[in-house]
Amino acid sequence: MIGIEHYVVVSSILFVLGVLGIFLNRKNIIVILMAIELILLSVNLNLVAFSAFLHDLTGQIFAMFVLTVAAGEAAVGLAILVIYFRSRGTIAVDDANRMKG
Amino acid sequence: MDLAHSLRLIAPEETLSIASLVLLLVAAWSGDKASRLISILAVAVLVGCMALVAPALCYGLSGPDVAAFGGQYRADAFAAFAKLLIYGSSAAALIIAPAFFDRLGQMRAEYPVLILLAALGMGMMASAGDLLTLYIGLELNSLASYVLAALLRNDGRSAESGLKYFVLGALASGILLFGVSLVYGFTGTTSFAGINAALSGNLAAGALFGIVFVLAGLAFKIAAVPFHMWTPDVYEGAPTPVTTFFATASKASALALLMRVSLEAFGSQADAWRQIVIFAAIASIVVGALGAIGQSNIKRLMAYSSINNVGFVLIGLAVATPQGAAAMLTYLVIYIAMSLGGFVAILMLKDEDGRPLEAIADLSGLSRTRPGLALALAMIMFSLAGIPPLFGFWGKFVVFQAAVQAGFVALAAIGIAASVIGAFYYIKIVKIMYFDEPVDTVRGRSDWAHTALLVITAVFMSPLGYLLTKWLDGLAQTAASVLFLAA
Repeated sequence: MIGIEHYVVVSSILFVLGVLGIFLNRKNIIVILMAIELILLSVNLNLVAFSAFLHDLTGQIFAMFVLTVAAGEAAVGLAILVIYFRSRGTIAVDDANRMKG
Repeated sequence: MDLAHSLRLIAPEETLSIASLVLLLVAAWSGDKASRLISILAVAVLVGCMALVAPALCYGLSGPDVAAFGGQYRADAFAAFAKLLIYGSSAAALIIAPAFFDRLGQMRAEYPVLILLAALGMGMMASAGDLLTLYIGLELNSLASYVLAALLRNDGRSAESGLKYFVLGALASGILLFGVSLVYGFTGTTSFAGINAALSGNLAAGALFGIVFVLAGLAFKIAAVPFHMWTPDVYEGAPTPVTTFFATASKASALALLMRVSLEAFGSQADAWRQIVIFAAIASIVVGALGAIGQSNIKRLMAYSSINNVGFVLIGLAVATPQGAAAMLTYLVIYIAMSLGGFVAILMLKDEDGRPLEAIADLSGLSRTRPGLALALAMIMFSLAGIPPLFGFWGKFVVFQAAVQAGFVALAAIGIAASVIGAFYYIKIVKIMYFDEPVDTVRGRSDWAHTALLVITAVFMSPLGYLLTKWLDGLAQTAASVLFLAA
């Protein structure tokens, strides 16, 4: 029998993978965008699981909003990435160091 | 609670969203040459919205009468106080922009529209009565802010700051959302009042995790230590008017949201989150003060100064009394005036060709070449350091007073001791301006709008500001008392 704990454990693992993806990734910024999506999906899984468990619709409505905002966020993120690539010619994480201090 | 009543309550948001959509169409239709007209209209809209929200503060409204859409949204005195600050500083960010962007030929028509959309999101954050409204407001504000940071498309630093702001801001939203999902799961509701009721009594471990995640996400947004690392880069790289917007309006809205969430939703578990807030407060004060010492760029210095000041505001939150909350609001008003004045002064540092100067070395001997500007900047620095005759002292005083009266004497003592470290680098700027050999690079002519704003903020910060203390404290107490009705 799969209970609510299993869902919470899976979503926590996904969340931690997403956070690690942002901090440990030394290659390129597209991977960071994917990690952000992973975090948002883990949240959605949590919301929908809790919603079903509590017999309360709020969580599913919340998940709809999160999906919509995630799409907008990805669009804005990719647009900024394009501007960055045009001015710098690279999207490697280690090259984002014009400012220091 | 009918629909018409709810629609009446959200009048400022309706005005802002319709105005920003109409202005976006105008921008698309007539291009960048209409940017000045759009800016003027946007300022008019913001002033109109300030007039719409002001009555709620004057009459100290609260309770179910001003809750729209089943408590999702509140138009109470606290929201009105925060919105007056947010809309006012957004209007200031619009007024100072043309002189900066025109020289670069980059005054885009999107700028005022994005500021309006961000202000709309910030207003929703201040009015949130539900985790869902909180999230939508936060994202509306953040998405517009990411674009604003990267607005100078052919400046590599601007693009880099936009990218860094986006990645860390999105991570912060993710952490906040994960906390929101846990709080929802363990309390079964997303409304602040419901969460407050569900959390009273024993705290489940999962709900505690949720609270910590939500507070961590919000700490990112207000740039409190240990989630402050994006601030110096973003403040340095973003165009200066946008930095001004981040340091004033964004800061006010994120702090208002933090107050709402921690005092209204998590108010019954203040003992559970107090340790975290105390740690963040002291760490912010110390890191902000020490980090600023070695800086050579004045915008980075202001970034560390903002981290430092957030620490003082958080002392008021750690106290978690109505008096502490009122002290936070008073401090916030004074801080916003100081940082607005500071960034306007930075905008006025231009060389002969009108290029903006950002190096602290360029300030050498400013008192001999530009005595007025040097005097204003010196006042801002002394005020940020909290040196008594200036108004900045009053903000620190009320925060520490609230802490001492609630019995947090040690916290207040550490805060006062750490504020002395901060005074070091503020006074260093004054020393560079008044006692170093003049380099005479600051020669550019100043825009009249910049001069006017600098004079207004300087008068507010001067000892004349103390005439306002009674009025300001009264408003702050009215606004803060709203947050404690449920508890």
